[in-house]
Amino acid sequence: MANIISDEIIEYVGILAKLELSGEEREQAKADMGRMLDYIDKLNELDTDGVEPMSHVFPVQNVFREDVVTGGDESEKMLQNAPARKDGMFAVPNVMSH
Amino acid sequence: MDILSLSAVELGTAIREGRTTAVEAMQAVLGRIEESEDALRCYITIDREKALEQAGQVQKRIEAGELTGPLAGVPVAIKDNLCTEGMLTTCASRMLGNFVPTYTAEAVRNLEEAGAVIVGKTNMDEFAFGSTTETSAYGPTRNPRNPEHVPGGSSGGSAAAVAAGECFFALGSDTGGSIRQPACHCGVVGMKPTYGTVSRFGLVAYGSSLDQVGPLCRTVEDCAVILEAIAAGGDSLSGSSREETQKVQAACGSAARNPRDSTYLGREDIDFASSLKKDVQGMRIGIPRDYFGEGIDREVAEAVRGAGALLRENGALVEEFDLNLVEYAIPAYYTIAAAEASSNLERFDGIKYGYRAKDPQELHQMYKKTRSEGFGTEVKRRIMLGSFVLSSGYYDAYYLKALRVKAMIKKAFDRAFAQYDCILGPVAPTTAPRLGESLSNPMKMYLGDIYTISVNLAGLPAISVPCGTDGKGLPIGLQLIGDCFQEKKILQAAYAYEQLRKAGPEQNAGTKEGR
Repeated sequence: MANIISDEIIEYVGILAKLELSGEEREQAKADMGRMLDYIDKLNELDTDGVEPMSHVFPVQNVFREDVVTGGDESEKMLQNAPARKDGMFAVPNVMSH
Repeated sequence: MDILSLSAVELGTAIREGRTTAVEAMQAVLGRIEESEDALRCYITIDREKALEQAGQVQKRIEAGELTGPLAGVPVAIKDNLCTEGMLTTCASRMLGNFVPTYTAEAVRNLEEAGAVIVGKTNMDEFAFGSTTETSAYGPTRNPRNPEHVPGGSSGGSAAAVAAGECFFALGSDTGGSIRQPACHCGVVGMKPTYGTVSRFGLVAYGSSLDQVGPLCRTVEDCAVILEAIAAGGDSLSGSSREETQKVQAACGSAARNPRDSTYLGREDIDFASSLKKDVQGMRIGIPRDYFGEGIDREVAEAVRGAGALLRENGALVEEFDLNLVEYAIPAYYTIAAAEASSNLERFDGIKYGYRAKDPQELHQMYKKTRSEGFGTEVKRRIMLGSFVLSSGYYDAYYLKALRVKAMIKKAFDRAFAQYDCILGPVAPTTAPRLGESLSNPMKMYLGDIYTISVNLAGLPAISVPCGTDGKGLPIGLQLIGDCFQEKKILQAAYAYEQLRKAGPEQNAGTKEGR
């Protein structure tokens, strides 16, 4: 296996992905990701010099609009699925630790 | 009349002609669910009372002449990643186990306006990440053709429900084959339209540049009629009044025909049912030689080539050619899809909706605990891969490389469509795997997507149609791929094939798999 995923990389990816992995999950993730990256390395067989990356098949572009208010007050709908709410707002745990 | 043997269009006609009613149709479906659902588990949520009540209301509107379309009164199942106002929408994940949307997806709303009646929400791979429906947090769905086998995925519940008569048709979503492959494994028809044909508003996003909503159904005719209904744009913006819609559209300008999904194309050529002609005379059909290499079952290859021969006998110009780059589609796809998935699934943070971990000490810990407890293994695997290929230091080598290869794959299809009206090939290299076979080896599962995913990378339309069974009696499907916006060509070829196969004195006796 060419791609050996180090503990540092898994730690870093865990931070980016906001995931907390158990020891066992971490080892499994290292093996899985290494295997998949080995497979993805197959793309390096292709010479892509001069090929523009294609993010969309159609020429899409950002669409701008005037900042006009549309839709009514939907705050009650928005909050309907909130795990916790308080005074018409989403409630979250302490943001300032320590 | 055996209601459950009818296609969606046949049922709609029978209801309009007063030979049956929307309520009788719904009762028949609920009766079948009673018999087979415990064994198959096609659905995550079924609301029997609401379904019957809705069917009653629709029947009144049909009798009053308010609903006159082909799908009025027809029971439909909806994949559980399409939002339905007031009805649980879980994406088969613990993360959304309690999520009740406050709005309805555009495709579903279009069906409701056409008078179709929702039976319930179908099982799927968690967040549509998978090819077997085994990664669902609510347990697997079983294949109605053989319950020891998976129905395919990720729209496995939708495909199985259609095959089992637990609905007359269903909606699914297709990011890398998630409509066409389960349709193939369950012996029904499934179609992914050209990217942008159906609004993605209300579809919980997986890979936004790849996702499309489409039908799973019993016949090619059903497929054309359903696609026509769900592709409609008009003024049916969810939850908005006509004035509200016009205001938003005016503010957005003509660039966005639908301000709720800027990639929705608002096509006017959506009269897909006009393409249902039993005629392939002179149609140019290419079969990629490189689709029949290592890994494909002999019986699958024979059935698909046999379909090509049948079309040739009836006047089509069928020949084999080299498509090229086939083996690079999977690594490119998994890089791009994982990258987009990792970004799309960042929204599940335990604050606005869905699951929240118990007793978090502080905010960041809550995010991590919520996501670690709420997501299943395959979801975590893809989020991590996606986060990695997008991270600084690896972005160019992996993500941009994959986007360059995607451009090359698109070019290869452009060259093919300069010569051919349609590409004919298999949907999957094998028939449905046994339950449990795929989970232990994810790489093997990913390889099974080889014929479907390049279609998503290139934004093309493709349809999956039953074309035989293997020695074990499991369905085999063929895939017809068209150039962008050429749905009518593949629908015509698929319809002609379906009719020829039904009529022909064939070795595949019966030929009722599509029912």
